[in-house]
Amino acid sequence: MSPNFLARHLYSCEKFLSEFEGLAWWPRFHHAAAWAGKEPRYNQPQRPAFPSASVCAAALNRRANPSTANTAYVRLTTLSGKLWRMQQRKNQFMSRSWLLLAACVFLVASSLMAAERQPVPKIFAPSSTAPQTVPSIFAPASTPAYEIYNLSIFVLTITGAIFAVVGGLLLFTIIKFRARKNDPDHEPAQVYGSTQIELAWTVIPVLIVVVLFLTTARIIFAIQDEPEPKSALNVTVVGHQFWWEFRYPALGIVTANELHIPVSTSQHPEPTYLRLLSADVDHSFWVPQLGGKTDLIPNHPNQMWIDPHEPGLYLGQCAQFCGIEHAKMLIRVYADTPDEFNAWVKNQQKPAVEDSSVAAGRVVFETQACTNCHTISGTTAHGTFGPDLTHLMTRATIAAGAAANTPRNLYLWIQDPANFKPGALMPAMQLSDQQINELVAYLTTLH
Amino acid sequence: MADQTLPLPGTVDLNPSRGAAFLEWLHSWVVTVDHKKLGILYAVYAIFFLLVAGAEAMAIRIQLAIPNNHFLSPELYNEFFTMHGTTMVFLVGMTLIFGFGNYLVPLMIGARDMAFPRLNAFSFWMSAFGGLLLYFSFIGGFGLYGMGSAPDVSWWAYAPLTAKAFSPGHNTDYWALALIVMGFGTLGAAINTLATAFSMRCRGMTLLRMPLFVWLMVVTSSLTLITITPLTAAQVMLIIDRYLGGHFFDTQAGGSATVWMHFFWIFGHPEVYVLILPAFGIASEVIPVFSRKAIFGYPAMVAASVGIAFVSLSVWAHHMFTIGMTSVSNAFFALSTMMVGIPTGIKIFNWIATMWGGKIRFATPMLFCTAFLFQFLCAGLTGIMLAVAPWDWQLHNSYFVIAHFHYTLTGSFVFCMFAGIYYWYPKVTGRMLSETLGKWHFWLFFFGFHMTFDTMHFVGMLGMPRSIYTYEPDRGWSTLNMIISVGGFIQAIAILIMAWNLINSYLHGAAAGNDPWDAWTLEWSTPSPPPDYNFAVDPVVRSRRPLWDIKHPNDPDWKYEQ
Repeated sequence: MSPNFLARHLYSCEKFLSEFEGLAWWPRFHHAAAWAGKEPRYNQPQRPAFPSASVCAAALNRRANPSTANTAYVRLTTLSGKLWRMQQRKNQFMSRSWLLLAACVFLVASSLMAAERQPVPKIFAPSSTAPQTVPSIFAPASTPAYEIYNLSIFVLTITGAIFAVVGGLLLFTIIKFRARKNDPDHEPAQVYGSTQIELAWTVIPVLIVVVLFLTTARIIFAIQDEPEPKSALNVTVVGHQFWWEFRYPALGIVTANELHIPVSTSQHPEPTYLRLLSADVDHSFWVPQLGGKTDLIPNHPNQMWIDPHEPGLYLGQCAQFCGIEHAKMLIRVYADTPDEFNAWVKNQQKPAVEDSSVAAGRVVFETQACTNCHTISGTTAHGTFGPDLTHLMTRATIAAGAAANTPRNLYLWIQDPANFKPGALMPAMQLSDQQINELVAYLTTLH
Repeated sequence: MADQTLPLPGTVDLNPSRGAAFLEWLHSWVVTVDHKKLGILYAVYAIFFLLVAGAEAMAIRIQLAIPNNHFLSPELYNEFFTMHGTTMVFLVGMTLIFGFGNYLVPLMIGARDMAFPRLNAFSFWMSAFGGLLLYFSFIGGFGLYGMGSAPDVSWWAYAPLTAKAFSPGHNTDYWALALIVMGFGTLGAAINTLATAFSMRCRGMTLLRMPLFVWLMVVTSSLTLITITPLTAAQVMLIIDRYLGGHFFDTQAGGSATVWMHFFWIFGHPEVYVLILPAFGIASEVIPVFSRKAIFGYPAMVAASVGIAFVSLSVWAHHMFTIGMTSVSNAFFALSTMMVGIPTGIKIFNWIATMWGGKIRFATPMLFCTAFLFQFLCAGLTGIMLAVAPWDWQLHNSYFVIAHFHYTLTGSFVFCMFAGIYYWYPKVTGRMLSETLGKWHFWLFFFGFHMTFDTMHFVGMLGMPRSIYTYEPDRGWSTLNMIISVGGFIQAIAILIMAWNLINSYLHGAAAGNDPWDAWTLEWSTPSPPPDYNFAVDPVVRSRRPLWDIKHPNDPDWKYEQ
């Protein structure tokens, strides 16, 4: 390598590095001068011609006699200086990466703790855990719902922070960098990229994803793989178009649309395990206050569990489009105290009430094809296509919540189900006024 | 030219009547193979069906504005929401992206036309007639309930609701057949785009010098080729089930409902990325020009787009978190769904970095793109919320999900498409759109959009499921639904303003010239509208912004690009 070659190389290195004086070591721009507020690139004067031999010699001398110059300056501007600076940057990066590692460990640890089944800090506590008519997912009343609630608050915090940062940057950008009337006439500095910045905004989202995934996985396993305790109540839910069948195999009970389950307290835990089946198409069991939804898919039995902490009525409805009256396939879950639940079970296990004063209505029921679809235990009616009517009057609604359970509504329903639920699979039976009245009189005795 | 027949000597009518001239003009549109004309046909078709599907949405919103309303019967409501979704995804979304792609890809790469012009025409007409078959269902026979036979099984058409036993009419058949026909059109357009971009770039335009819009059309087309196939296969299996005694999805005979879900969502999820990636491409063209800066991090943008396409193929079962998959499966899909947010986030950061340090000119295209950035940020974050599987067990099939995907589809896709329309309309027609009407359109649409879809998040979190034609008054959803419906009306007014703007400006708009926006890609070097042959001289490029190099000869891009 000739001295001339070295001289040229040294000169351009010096020129190049001198422009970094006073700037951060990142980002790498094609022309830092413009970014540093000096003359913008567009109007940059021509680059100077290659320096004369005397200038090169002076530069070489400076390098050959380090004692004649400030050491730091030499280091900034010579070839070996360039290597030194690179080493400095590497050291900085390494020390920063320790910081990064510590931050990661902290984040992972805190997220694992957050995913524990511990209550969230008081300011994030749910506004209500009592049963209410508004089926809000933020009013959890059962363990799975509560765990989901905790997780959702954690996720909301993270996404809220991301929103604040990125949204704030966007807002700042559109205000600060908008074109103004008295702007100079040339284009702004053209920046093509920056490896360091782009790396940073790749690595940080990856870390956030790691944290989110670990907490999510923990709750998935906590809810889905919870082993069934001996004290659990087993209920089989069969989805129909457009009503719910509830069977209690251990108790010998079959009912419809309104689910009675025991309250589950910490002293006396008694979760309800629901086995989910379907008789026709896909449905989904969703009572937001009690837990997430699980689908009822024919040929694909599913399972979920709920354990309401407070007694009362919890509302939900079918959450998978199942046909024309999907909207009116409502769910009512009654969480009963132990006494209430035992009383309910005892009543449901009895056969239908026999009241001779309404015998005419019972005859109508048994002869007018109602028995093809409905069951009333203790009578000849053993149909399974429609809801079990043995204890119809213990229910507050008919037609899966489409109407209140009153004699007038019963009359209208039997006359023509399309009065409440056009498209329901129960046909209008074309009965006379008198027949329907007798039927209603009979049905209203079925407590 | 290719869309005019060559006359025999002595047969040319030198003084055609107005009727004959009109027929000649109409004929040229019907037989055209010119990518520009086909692009316009696609776009006009899409905008027409945007209005139709928008009307369906307005009917839905009137029905839901108050509880226990009787504006639409349950049958008609189910048909309307199914058709709204199907129309918006296939007849508006797919056609609009291939409309933009057809028109712009050859112009942006300096080519004379697409690689296969006749395949191009075939693809358009297959898509168009498939859509018409879908809409014929409204009038093709009285159907089961006297409401026509339009599909009423929801746009995802889960089995076994679509089995003959549970959908005895022809509704499902129209859905399956129309989409199979349209699918062929889509596949043809995708093949054409790939062939064009890979083999017809002008001299000097390496793949890494293509405009980002072209890159994103390439990625979209590749993803389309992979993703349409499962849908077509599933629909053929469905027709075999319904008519040829098959039992693929017939659970009463041992078939599987979940297999339909897998097939549909392996299509359905990449499909939404097929829709959004060209929108990203439009944003990547508009934002640099109106910020007066080059796009920040071009190689990262390309890599992120390809990354999104790959990862999006692995996330489909996040639509199935509630069907009873194992905990390990749920965890896997939660992870993959979160991972797809990373390249997407990178793109957002790159766009903001492009605007940083620029001189942002808020013309109508830029207004739409800025709103897109904000709305896509929100959509991505609600997407992360939905990726958290246990939370999805609450939010799935609720109005929160509808709010999320309308934030991505309306708030991001449609906003970018509007930006693209305002940006390229001068090139296509030679006239500028009215800036005043554009701003009215933007602000009304923005306000109505947020009124509707911000509220929808809350009504979903209060437990309101989707696909319901009415709801109980005591659930606390009534006021929120009224607000949502009013917002819908405001958006409808904004769209009508846009339609008026498009028509009026075509007739009376200011002349546009070659390059009204002072932009940098090759299409702005042609006259507006471009001649049939696009470029009189084949361009030669040395950088990603050939017009910047021409306009700044002292400071060309090729000296500084990496």
